[in-house]
Amino acid sequence: MSDVNPVPPDGEDILLRVENLVKYFPVKSTGFFGNREHVHAVDDVSFTVRRGETFGIVGETGCGKSTLGRSVARLHDITSGRITFDGRDISRISQRRMRPLRREIQMIFQDPIGSLNPRRRVGSIIGDPFAIHRTATGTERKRRVQELMERVGLNPEHYNRFPAEFSGGQRQRIGVARALAFQPKLIICDEPVSALDVSIQAQVINLLADLQAEFGLTYIFIAHDLSVVRHVSNNVAVMYLGKVTEIASADDLFDTPRHPYTGALLSAVPVPDPDHSDQRQQIVLVGDVPSPIVPPSGCRFHPRCPKAAPVCVTQDPELEPRLGDGPGHVAACHLPMAQGENLADFKPTIGAEERVIEPEGVLTADALPASGDGGKS
Amino acid sequence: MSMVPEITGEGSQATLEAAAEPPHVSRKVIRGRSPWQLAWERLRTDRAAIISAATITVIVLFALLAPLIAHWLGHGSNQQFVDIGEDENGNPVPPSSTFWFGTDSSARDLFVRTIYGARISLSIGVLATLVSVAMGTVFGLAAGYLGGVADALIARLVDVMLAVPFLVIAIAVASIWRPSFWLVIFVVGVLGFTYPARIVRGQVISLKEKEFVQAARALGAGPLRIMFVDLLPNVMAQVIVYGSLLIPAAIVSEATLSYLGVGVQPPTADWGAMISDAQGYYQYGFWWYLLFPSLALLVTTLAFNILGDSIRDALDPRGGGIYK
Amino acid sequence: MIRFLTVRIGQAILVLWAATVVVFLLFFVGPGPNSVARTFAGRLATPARIAQIKHDLNLDQPIYQQYLHWVGNLLQGNLGYDYYKGQPVNSVVAAALPATLSLVIGAAILWIAYGVLSGVISAVRPRTFLDRGFTLSALVFYSMPTFVLGLGLIWIFAYKLSPVTKFFPFHGYIPLTQNPGQWFEYLILPWLTLALVTSAGYTRLTRTSMLEVLGEDYIRTARSKGMSERRLVRVHGLRAALTPVVTLAGLDIGVALGGVIITETVFGITGLGWTIVQAINLQDLPVIMGIAILAAAFVVVANLVVDILYAVLDPRVRLY
Repeated sequence: MSDVNPVPPDGEDILLRVENLVKYFPVKSTGFFGNREHVHAVDDVSFTVRRGETFGIVGETGCGKSTLGRSVARLHDITSGRITFDGRDISRISQRRMRPLRREIQMIFQDPIGSLNPRRRVGSIIGDPFAIHRTATGTERKRRVQELMERVGLNPEHYNRFPAEFSGGQRQRIGVARALAFQPKLIICDEPVSALDVSIQAQVINLLADLQAEFGLTYIFIAHDLSVVRHVSNNVAVMYLGKVTEIASADDLFDTPRHPYTGALLSAVPVPDPDHSDQRQQIVLVGDVPSPIVPPSGCRFHPRCPKAAPVCVTQDPELEPRLGDGPGHVAACHLPMAQGENLADFKPTIGAEERVIEPEGVLTADALPASGDGGKS
Repeated sequence: MSMVPEITGEGSQATLEAAAEPPHVSRKVIRGRSPWQLAWERLRTDRAAIISAATITVIVLFALLAPLIAHWLGHGSNQQFVDIGEDENGNPVPPSSTFWFGTDSSARDLFVRTIYGARISLSIGVLATLVSVAMGTVFGLAAGYLGGVADALIARLVDVMLAVPFLVIAIAVASIWRPSFWLVIFVVGVLGFTYPARIVRGQVISLKEKEFVQAARALGAGPLRIMFVDLLPNVMAQVIVYGSLLIPAAIVSEATLSYLGVGVQPPTADWGAMISDAQGYYQYGFWWYLLFPSLALLVTTLAFNILGDSIRDALDPRGGGIYK
Repeated sequence: MIRFLTVRIGQAILVLWAATVVVFLLFFVGPGPNSVARTFAGRLATPARIAQIKHDLNLDQPIYQQYLHWVGNLLQGNLGYDYYKGQPVNSVVAAALPATLSLVIGAAILWIAYGVLSGVISAVRPRTFLDRGFTLSALVFYSMPTFVLGLGLIWIFAYKLSPVTKFFPFHGYIPLTQNPGQWFEYLILPWLTLALVTSAGYTRLTRTSMLEVLGEDYIRTARSKGMSERRLVRVHGLRAALTPVVTLAGLDIGVALGGVIITETVFGITGLGWTIVQAINLQDLPVIMGIAILAAAFVVVANLVVDILYAVLDPRVRLY
C-alpha cells in the first residue's frame, strides 16, 4: 500500500509519514507462567501528513489516538513500524538522539491543569524549551517568553504567576506558548480543547489557526469531538480500537462517509437546527467498545456494526479506496456505505454469538438525546 | 479554518464576591485558601504545637545567648571553681544561688554547661538533619524516577545500612577518624538518609506519570533536569514536614554517641557526655549532675517531637501515621 | 510464589554479602594492616608475635584475598579467632548470646503486650483521658534516649525508693541456668527500659490500625446484628489490626538482637551489645567484626521471615 494520503500525488510535501505503526503495552501478568497479554493500543496504522496542513484524528476514548500521538512524538518506544519525519527515520533512534529533534516536534496536551507543573512559575514553564536546549538565558530568555505570552494572548506581566492563578483557557494558552517556543515544524495537539468550555474552545482554536497561518505550522489534531475536527482539519483519520477505519478530506468524510462507524459517529453529532435534528435518525451503537487486549477477529467493528456480514468476522478489511473514490479517500470496510444509505435500514447477517449483547430494541432511535460518540464513559 | 466568530472575554478567577447583596447583610469575602494557609490555621490553634514551639524558642534563645549568660554570671563553661565548686572530698556541690544547677565532677557550673550543651545538640541536630534530607532527597529522586536497576540498587543499599547496627558503624567510624563535631554530623546525617529517601521515592513514583512530566520529556528534558527542576519542588513540602521529625532523632543519636564517648569530645559541654560522667556520682546522692542534662535532653527532644507531630497533623488532618 | 521466594531470598543474600563488604572495609581496612596486626595481638605483644599474626592472618596478602579468606570462614560458620582472649569468636558469641536473648525476648513480650493493650484501649475509647494519657506517655518515652530512661529508672528504683525496693539490682546479669530468681530480678529494670522506649510505636500503630478496622463496614454490620462490643473488638478487630503489629515486632526483634547496645551497657548485661562495646575499647577486631556481621544477619533474616510471613498471609503481596 503506498501513499494513503488523500491528496493528489503532485505538489505534495510530506512532513510526516507513518507506516504500519504498532504499539502494544504489556499487561502485568498475574499468572506467573508468563502468558504476557498486551493492550493493542495502536495496531498497524499508516498515514501521511503534508507540510502546512492540519491532520485530524478522531475516535472514541480508548481507540488509541492519544497513544498514536505520543508514539509519533517518540514519547514511547514503538513496537514496530516506521516513522519518517522530514525525511529522517525516527522509529528507533535513542532518546538522546531524539532530543535535538524535539525542537521540531512538539506536543500540546489535553489537561491544562495536569500538563503544567503546579509548583513552577509560568514564565519558567514557558521558558523551559530555551533552558533545556540552551538557546537563551537570563534577560534574553525572559524577553522571548514574554513575546510568546503576548503572541498567545496572555498578559506578559503575569510572568511570575503560578498556573493555579489562571483560568482553563489561559492555561491552555500557556501550553501553546510553551510548544511554540521553537516554532516547531510539527505540533501534535492531543485533545487540546476537550477540557474547556465551548466558548473558550473557540478562542483556543482561533489562536491555533492564527499561529498556523503566521508560522506555517503543521498540526496533528487529535480529538473526539467531530464537529471541532471538521472545523480545523484538512484531512481526517477515524480510529477504532487501535486501527484506522477511514481517511478522507474533511468535507468528503462528512458528506460521503464510507465506513459504518463513521456514519454512526456522524449521526450523533449535535446539529444546531432543531428541525433538521428532528428529521435525522440517530444510529445508536450498541454496547461498549471491546477490550483492546483481546480485540475481535476480522474487522474489529463487526460486533457493533449494523451491516455486519460473515466476511466481516473472518477477514480484516484493507484500507483502500471504495465505491469508486479517488486515492484521497480510503476506508477499511467490506460493505462500505453508499451515498444516501441509511444505516437504520440494515440488520446484521451474522450469528448472535458474534454480536455484542443488545439491550432491548435500540438499534435505531428517533430524536434521542445526542450521546456523543457511543460508549464514551 | 476559522469560521466561528471570535468570542472575547476570559474566564475569571475563583473569587466569590458579595456582588449584589442587600446592604444590611454583610457577607465575608470567601477567598480560596491554599493548603499551606489551611494548615497554618490549624496549627495556630493547636495548643500542644504552641507550647512546644515556645519551648523550642526558649531553648534556642538560651543556646544563642549562652556566651552572654556565662559572661554575666562570671562562670565560663570550662571554668573550674576549685574553691567554691567542690566540697571537701572534691565532689560536686548542690544547686545554690551561685551555681543554679550545682556543679559537675570538675567543679564547673552545671547550668552554664547545660546551656552550652544546647548549642551542640541543636546545631548537630539541625545540620545532621540537613545532610540526611539532602542525601535522602537525591537518592529518593533517583530511585523513584529512574526506577529499574537504580531503584533496586538503592533499595539494597538502604537495606544494608539498616542491617548493620547504627552504633556499630558510628563507633567504628569514630575510631578510624578521631571523633569530632563534624564527624558526628557526617555519621548521623549519612546514616539517617533512609527515612527521607523512602518518602521522596514514594512521592516521585506517584508524580512520575503526571502529564507535566510527560510534557517535560516531550520538550526534550533529560532525567536530571526533570528530577531537579520539575519533581523536586513538588516533593519539598513533604520532605520538610517529615524532615522536621528527623531533628529530635538526630539529637538523640548525637547524645548517644557522646554518651559512649565517641561523639563530641571533652571538655566541650555536651549533654550525653555529662550524663555519662554523672553515672559515677548520682548513686552517691549527687543527683543534680544527672538530672539537669537529662531533663534538658528530654524536654528538647519532646518539644521537637510534639511540634513535628502537630505540623504533620496540620498538613494531613486525616491523621494516622506511625512514629518512626 | 516460588518466584517471589527466590527473588526475596536472592535479595537477602545480596544484602548480607554487601554487609560483609561494608564491615570488612570499615574495620579491617580502615586502620591498616600494621595496626590491625598490632591490635589483634593485644596490648603486650612483641614484634615477633605481631609478625607471626600478620602471617597467620594473611595480612601480607592482597586485600581481596584477605576478604575472601574472611568470608570463606564466615560461610563455614567461623566468626574468627579472638587473639586477645585466646578463644574463637564463636565461643565469645555463644557466651554472650543468652543474655541478649533473655533481654530482648523478655522486653519484646512486655512491649508487645503493653503496646497492643494501650493501643486497643485508645482505639475503643478515643479522645478520652485514657487515650490521651497513653498517647502522651508514648510520646514521652519515645523522646527519651534509652540511657536516660535506664539511668532514671535505676535512680528511682534502686536509690530513691531504696528503703522499699532495695531488692532491685541494677547492674549485671545472672544466667537463667544459674539462678532463675536472680536472673529475673536483674532483668526487670532492663526489660522495663527497653520495653517502654520501644512500645511507643506500637501504641500508635495499634491504635491507628484498630480505628481503621473498626470503621470498616463489616464491623458495623456485625454490630448492628447485635454482636457484643467485646467480642467484636477481641475477635474481629484485633485479628485484622494485628498484622502490621506482628510485622513491626518481627523487624524490631531482629534489629534488637544486635542493637541493644545502650541498654546492655547501662545495666551491665553481658550480651552481644555489651561485648562489642568492650571489644571496641580493647580494639579487639575479630570480636567486633564477628558480632557486627552477626547482628546484620539477624536483621536480614528477620526481614526475610517477616516478608515471607506477610506473603503467606496476604496473597496480594506476592504480585511482584
